[in-house]
Amino acid sequence: MSDTLAPAAGRARHGKPARPPKPPRAASLWNDAWHDLRRRPLFIGSAVLIGIFLIMSVFPWLFTSVDPFDAASCRLADARQGMSGAHWFGTDNLGCDVYARTVYGARNSIVVGVTTTVVTALVGGLLGLVAGFKGGAVDTLFSRITEIFFAIPSILGALLILAVFRTGNVWTVMLALAVLTWPMTFRIMRAAVITAKSQDYVVAARALGASAPRIMFRHILPNAVAPVIVVATINLGGFIAAEAGLSFLGVGLRSPDISWGLMISDARERFLEAPGPLLFPALFLSLTVLAFIMLGDAVRDALDPKLR
Amino acid sequence: MAATGEPILEVRDLVKHFPLNQGIIMKKQIGAIKAVDGVSFDLRRGETLGIVGESGCGKSTLAKLLMALERPTSGSVKINGREIAQARGGELKRVRRNIQMVMQDPYTSLNPRMTVGDIIGEPYEIHQEVAPKGDRRRKVQELLEVVGLNPDHINRYPHQFSGGQRQRIGIARGLALQPEIIVCDEPVSALDVSIQAQVINLLERLQNEFDLAYIFIAHDLSVVRHISDRVGVMYLGKMVELGKDTEIYDRPAHPYTQALLSAVPVPDPDGRERRERIILQGDPPSPANPPSGCRFRTRCWKAQEICAEQEPLLQIRPGTAHASACHFAETHDVVHV
Repeated sequence: MSDTLAPAAGRARHGKPARPPKPPRAASLWNDAWHDLRRRPLFIGSAVLIGIFLIMSVFPWLFTSVDPFDAASCRLADARQGMSGAHWFGTDNLGCDVYARTVYGARNSIVVGVTTTVVTALVGGLLGLVAGFKGGAVDTLFSRITEIFFAIPSILGALLILAVFRTGNVWTVMLALAVLTWPMTFRIMRAAVITAKSQDYVVAARALGASAPRIMFRHILPNAVAPVIVVATINLGGFIAAEAGLSFLGVGLRSPDISWGLMISDARERFLEAPGPLLFPALFLSLTVLAFIMLGDAVRDALDPKLR
Repeated sequence: MAATGEPILEVRDLVKHFPLNQGIIMKKQIGAIKAVDGVSFDLRRGETLGIVGESGCGKSTLAKLLMALERPTSGSVKINGREIAQARGGELKRVRRNIQMVMQDPYTSLNPRMTVGDIIGEPYEIHQEVAPKGDRRRKVQELLEVVGLNPDHINRYPHQFSGGQRQRIGIARGLALQPEIIVCDEPVSALDVSIQAQVINLLERLQNEFDLAYIFIAHDLSVVRHISDRVGVMYLGKMVELGKDTEIYDRPAHPYTQALLSAVPVPDPDGRERRERIILQGDPPSPANPPSGCRFRTRCWKAQEICAEQEPLLQIRPGTAHASACHFAETHDVVHV
């Protein structure tokens, strides 16, 4: 298979075969991955979606002229209306515009989802890399610590952490979720590192006299990071949903804060009469999660030269 | 291929025991795998020393010890008079420039996520003083040409090459620092026979071009005979016979060497009929608990009481011109070709 792929890959890198070949640039894994990503439809689609959601969370007023934090924008008389020109997604129980609330809710949901994902991936990933690489006492210590965290029931743990802070905002929710979930990333990373560490190319690097950081970051990390990327992007949706769960229990975000999770839990009771207030934030949530999963998939494939 | 002058590699009484531990918290050593147990030899510039022996006899551990990938339990490895076995840090890094390795499996010894340019160029990044930064890519392309690959393929990844080509990449990486010694640990055993010949010829050409000394570890006796000037035969962590290739192959003195040679496939029906076939009984004993005296005595047809009591040393014995470790050493041509 590799032999049939080789000429094609060579051609792709130098443009059309008719053109004279460019002088070879210094290719590296990350260069090539980026080069490859830019032409993947999966990456372009997910990047556009993520871009829209990011703009939405930073500048929500670009998307709607209604300010959902202004009490005057809600009229009880308009409660539970269907979709219309005035209210694109209809209105909720209190007569507030669901579209405006969904747009403004993006910020909290995305901040919780993305920061928790980044923090768990960095903390769990780095500790897993060190534990897997060093082994021995370091590994034993870190592994026992993660087992303690695994033993805490997650809902109870989050309740406890948030009760300590007394205020439910995106940062405390992020902290509670990150503290309870980094051990999972740690374990995945550690296992991948242990597999990569015993490969011959690591022995070859040691024989050349490579330093430990070089071996960790040049040889092991690129070969161990794929499962972490996959799990992190899948977890992202879970974090947004968990934020909703904590809000429902009364320890996460609270009204008048707006988040997709809060909207979904508020709208549950009247779901059969008025499905809109639940379905639209749920749709946005699903699209966000999908976009990040597609992004993770594309990045993972781009980092594997065999799949290019 | 002529070996000249002073030895550049001196190995003396090299021992590596891997401890066998029992218990999880209170670790107690209950024994040791005696992987390499007192091996000594010299290697001269431009010479090839073949090391043969069956699986588990300590060949690969020996390679790791020479490369300082494992620390010896005792003994010394000197490269140009500098001790590598005890060297640390910067000193070890400097000594390493003189001894490099070609690994067995070309499919796992190249990082799949690095380009060929990065793989072969990595030695220069680690040893920055060898080549200035702007010069490195050109040097990598020269190396690709030296090992018979297209220098334009510098940006490709290992999976785009065949097994033989990958092994050439591994050889180019080993050559990058211009070492005097290359340890080849079964460099062709993962390749097809037709590709084996190409890689062996490449290794021989490079030896002439760069005056390299090889430690060539293999279990394929005919490959070792083809490339080696001298051959060492290992059994259960010990060198049992050491001599010139013609001495070992035509006049083997140790019963184990004779048995080993009698097992080589002969690509000639007549020769196959004429050669003797010595079939050893039983399995090699465990290296954790080797027999007393001569380690081969449990499977040897010549064994007598003295073999259990006295360990035969590797030395030149009456009637033979090269060193062997057997009380009853006696040259005997097994292959008759």
